[in-house]
Amino acid sequence: MFCKQNPAKVHLTQIVEDKMQKVDLCEDCAKQKGVNDPAGFSLADLLLGLGASQEIAQSSTGEELKCPHCGFTQTDFKKAGRLGCAQCYTTFAEGLEGLLKSMHKGTKHVGKVPQALRQNRDLNDRLKHLQKKLDKAVTAEDFELAASLRDEIKNTKEQIDEMASS
Amino acid sequence: MTIHEFLSPPADSARRTGPHDRIVMSSRVRLARNLRSLAFPGWAKKAERVKALESIRPAVESLPQLNGAFAESMDNLSLLDKQILVERHLISREHAAKNAGSGLVLNKEESLCVMINEEDHLRMQALRPGLQFKQAWMAIDQVDTELERRLDYAFSPELGYLTACPTNLGTGIRVSAMLHLPGLVLAEQINQIIQSVNKLGLAVRGLYGEGTEALGNVFQVSNQMTLGEVEMDIVERLNKVLLQIIEHEENARGMLLEKKPKIVFNHIGRAYGILANAHSITSKETMNLLSLMRLGVDMGEFPTADRALIDELFIITQPAHLQKKFTEKLVAEERDLLRADMLRDRLRHVSRPNPKTPGNGSGSLDKRN
Repeated sequence: MFCKQNPAKVHLTQIVEDKMQKVDLCEDCAKQKGVNDPAGFSLADLLLGLGASQEIAQSSTGEELKCPHCGFTQTDFKKAGRLGCAQCYTTFAEGLEGLLKSMHKGTKHVGKVPQALRQNRDLNDRLKHLQKKLDKAVTAEDFELAASLRDEIKNTKEQIDEMASS
Repeated sequence: MTIHEFLSPPADSARRTGPHDRIVMSSRVRLARNLRSLAFPGWAKKAERVKALESIRPAVESLPQLNGAFAESMDNLSLLDKQILVERHLISREHAAKNAGSGLVLNKEESLCVMINEEDHLRMQALRPGLQFKQAWMAIDQVDTELERRLDYAFSPELGYLTACPTNLGTGIRVSAMLHLPGLVLAEQINQIIQSVNKLGLAVRGLYGEGTEALGNVFQVSNQMTLGEVEMDIVERLNKVLLQIIEHEENARGMLLEKKPKIVFNHIGRAYGILANAHSITSKETMNLLSLMRLGVDMGEFPTADRALIDELFIITQPAHLQKKFTEKLVAEERDLLRADMLRDRLRHVSRPNPKTPGNGSGSLDKRN
């Protein structure tokens, strides 16, 4: 049972990719968690208030974790099933990992990236690639190639700095 | 301009058409986004929420796609206004409960709607009639790309767009459609369909929650997982599943007409009888019966009515829409009387259903030949 206070009257079962998840709620919790709300209910949300917060609590070592940016704590997460701010994802990273795994297809974002970051990422990838080529050229004692690579690296670094300052 | 002057008349919004709209009432793609430096709305103090609203609202209003949009702070909308927006499926119930520090921006076509400080700083959605996931995704993707130049989003290369609830993390996308599935319900196949859709990691909800028996046989299907998958893959997966559900619904209708025509005609005939003659009727009963009439229209039983009329009645018989027509505050029982009056009046010129069985033309006896 969810709140461990009133008898459970609402029983939910959901099967996601052959994993069965069950939640039993009393009427008050069902209402509070918006089970009757057509817009936003999913079992994963509910499980958040339950398994998730426990998982987070376990991950800490004695003292309660608190987000340095917004002051959000594990207890708050247990109550709300929502996080306090963007920074919380770093603060509670350890406890969230298992939860994300059970909730989503993967744990790494592969979708859309804001354009500014995308350019930055592309430039950084390019920088790494050039660095490798340079190392190879130096080992092979191809100093002509190494010199031109060094120029390219310098250019790329300047571009990255430019983006950071704009 | 008030929201009522701004919203399309129900008769117009019921007349919007799209691919497969006989079964798919509407498609929606929603993106959740947050600002990097401010606490999420549920945790932020009022002053911080107001600050977020003040920086987000002008950014949203300045988008070319939202030129001439309706923009308002939620505390300037009455309870009734908000309920009407919920009944039009433009805002969530959660958002309707918000006040100062939350806002709404809605374009004239009612195809783009941005909720500010709902559960996340930004919940932007593109809506389309019928099955149009790709169009909706492209529209909202564009809005998002424009907005990211104006706002500092909370984004992590590892986890993607950071959202108040970890269930929306990553892409922050929710692709959903409202489906009218009376055939699958009457054929008692709906639970099977819901189970198999669930197995694919998709959620099925009723129009107004409450278990699986949806009011008016309207169901919402949406993705649940948002992390570890590209937006377009999610959109395409939903699209495939929707096409299959459409096929099952059409098959169920065909099967019912062939094997149990009397049961179908009985349901439709009774629905018409009650809707056209009742003197008191609840919103719930109205929806369930209108659904059957809509099925009757699809089956050609009502040559003098079209689907737009039924869809308009779907909208205007809901509690807040009905209340809006009258100045004095109505209690539920009074609304039931007025709703029945309205339905009798609007169905006055719709002639009785005229059932057509495939093959023998008139549905005389329910025997197979």
